[in-house]
Amino acid sequence: MAKKPTKPTSSKSDSELNHSFLRSMLLQRRFEERSAEAYALGKIGGFCHLYIGQEAISTGALSVLRPDDYVVTAYRDHGLALARGMTSRSVMAELFGRRDGCAGGKGGSMHLFDAKLNFLGGHGIVGGHIPLATGVAFAIKYRGGDQVCLCFFGEAAVNIGAFHEALNMAALWKVPAVFIIENNRYGMGTAVARAMANEDVSARAAAYNIPGESVDGQDVFAVRDAVSRAVERARGEKTPTLLEMRTYRFMGHSMSDAVSGTYRTKAELEEEMRRDPIIVLHNRMTEAGEIDDAAYAKLDEEVKAEVQDAWDFADASPEPELEELYSNVLVG
Amino acid sequence: MSVITYRDALNQALREEMQHDDRVFLMGEEVAEYNGAYKVSRGLLDQFGPMRVVDTPIAELGFAGIGVGAAMVGLRPVIEFMTWNFALLALDQVVNAAAKMLYMSNGQFPMPMVFRGPNGAALQLSAQHSQAWESWLAHIPGLKVVTPATPYDAKGLLKSAIRDPNPVVFLEGEMLYNTKGEVPDGEEILIPLGKAERKREGEHCSIIAHGKTVLVAIQVADALAKEGIKIDVIDLRTVRPMDVDAIAESVKKTNRAVVVEEGWELCGVGAQVVDYIQRECFDFLDAPVLRVHQADVPMPYAKNLERAAKPDAQKVTSAVRKVLYLE
Repeated sequence: MAKKPTKPTSSKSDSELNHSFLRSMLLQRRFEERSAEAYALGKIGGFCHLYIGQEAISTGALSVLRPDDYVVTAYRDHGLALARGMTSRSVMAELFGRRDGCAGGKGGSMHLFDAKLNFLGGHGIVGGHIPLATGVAFAIKYRGGDQVCLCFFGEAAVNIGAFHEALNMAALWKVPAVFIIENNRYGMGTAVARAMANEDVSARAAAYNIPGESVDGQDVFAVRDAVSRAVERARGEKTPTLLEMRTYRFMGHSMSDAVSGTYRTKAELEEEMRRDPIIVLHNRMTEAGEIDDAAYAKLDEEVKAEVQDAWDFADASPEPELEELYSNVLVG
Repeated sequence: MSVITYRDALNQALREEMQHDDRVFLMGEEVAEYNGAYKVSRGLLDQFGPMRVVDTPIAELGFAGIGVGAAMVGLRPVIEFMTWNFALLALDQVVNAAAKMLYMSNGQFPMPMVFRGPNGAALQLSAQHSQAWESWLAHIPGLKVVTPATPYDAKGLLKSAIRDPNPVVFLEGEMLYNTKGEVPDGEEILIPLGKAERKREGEHCSIIAHGKTVLVAIQVADALAKEGIKIDVIDLRTVRPMDVDAIAESVKKTNRAVVVEEGWELCGVGAQVVDYIQRECFDFLDAPVLRVHQADVPMPYAKNLERAAKPDAQKVTSAVRKVLYLE
């Protein structure tokens, strides 16, 4: 698992990195907590899948990327969108279905997009976006570029055919894609053991003759290290990698279901929450003397204020014009 | 002017567009080293190399999605399905990804790509290999659906489809690949998508058809012309968007219509054509509009049963006589 942290793309000191990671993770956490509140108030509708518990993955993985690299993910996409640099305002306004949302209110929670940040969605069919990542990486190679494409999906997606087809072709054609499984241990309410003949998810890499690795997904530096190695391989050797990030979903699958109950116990949830990725990093920083209670409280207040601002912005943003119903069905 | 096959017309279109724009590439099963299951891509690997003419494993869903991903970042993929029957496995990518990406992203991610391959029944391929999918695909907003009937149209429509900034479903006729027709040499042929064409001029009855059934309609029109019955044959060429004006103009002139298609009856393309006719031409109709389509059964293998299932000249002729009250 985690080795000594390296500094793959940044010249920042460890302390600066720790602070920026803590801020990013806290922002995602507070953003999602307020999303849950907005959902309960009916300001957010439809399906809404929260990222709470998985913030070390988005934060560590995307910290490795260049601005011209690509990111594509599934429907649990709020945290990754924020970590990629989309503003809290544009994401919250999208969740509220408003004009100033990143997709003008037409995509919603599951379909966040930002072309300027090479953030390619936001996709709602389990596993359906994995071939897209192979396609993006194919296009990079086609053009002779040195970017990479990071593709995120839940562990349940490895059971669907699109995963197999996409990884086989990515490996066969040696394209610069990194496939990142966010193993939060439940596909909706179905535990891994009830869905996979082989629970060692990263072992599936052997089927495609590519490197596979399982990583402590609650440790932002372990994530960063593993993704850094994979990205280097993708950029240099054009070899794809399959990474399993072992994490845990602290909330229900979506806002429509219970946090615990029929399919997992409260005791299990409480045990896992002791390894909250924010606590893991916070403890490390406290031990290193990098942060004290006052500084943490201040950071948290800043982040909460940003999310409140996003909420106010989204709430004030008008609904889309009715003419927008028919716009962007086709180009031209 | 040369007389060439529908297959070679498609080949010319691909070759010209790959020369015209280096973002265009062809991907699919057997498209490269084998020269194409139906030889549509013959010679393209030699000319453009393996990065632009890409053989895939048998993985329709996967390579359709690879096309979508490549289109998202600015390439212009042409994805070949060996037949549209196999493309059913890839419909998630066509319907959920390609058709919706522009809308879901509110215009941020256009999908300049083509999904193409043979559609409809050939001869004795039986149930799983003899299906016409245009009504399924035409149902989906965000797609364009093109069904060329002649070599000229095949070339001009494929070139336009490749240049179109939207995802285009391009349905070729498996039985049409060997058919021949005139195609001008050395001339840029770009046929606008969404425009029907009158293939025969007449005033007694309209036959509205698309794809392979256009040839049946022409055959019927030419035979009936000898009896003095003049048929207006409207080839839709593009099923989505559909050229309602061309349909209405023809039916307002002839006051009678027969709508022909390869697919099944219920929710078929013809059902939509009839809906447009009743809305646009209600006061002009002198007879109920009739439809000719495949029998409402999976395609049988036996020659006589297959013949009985398919729309053909005899069935279309009979329908025309009925709307003319001659039968």
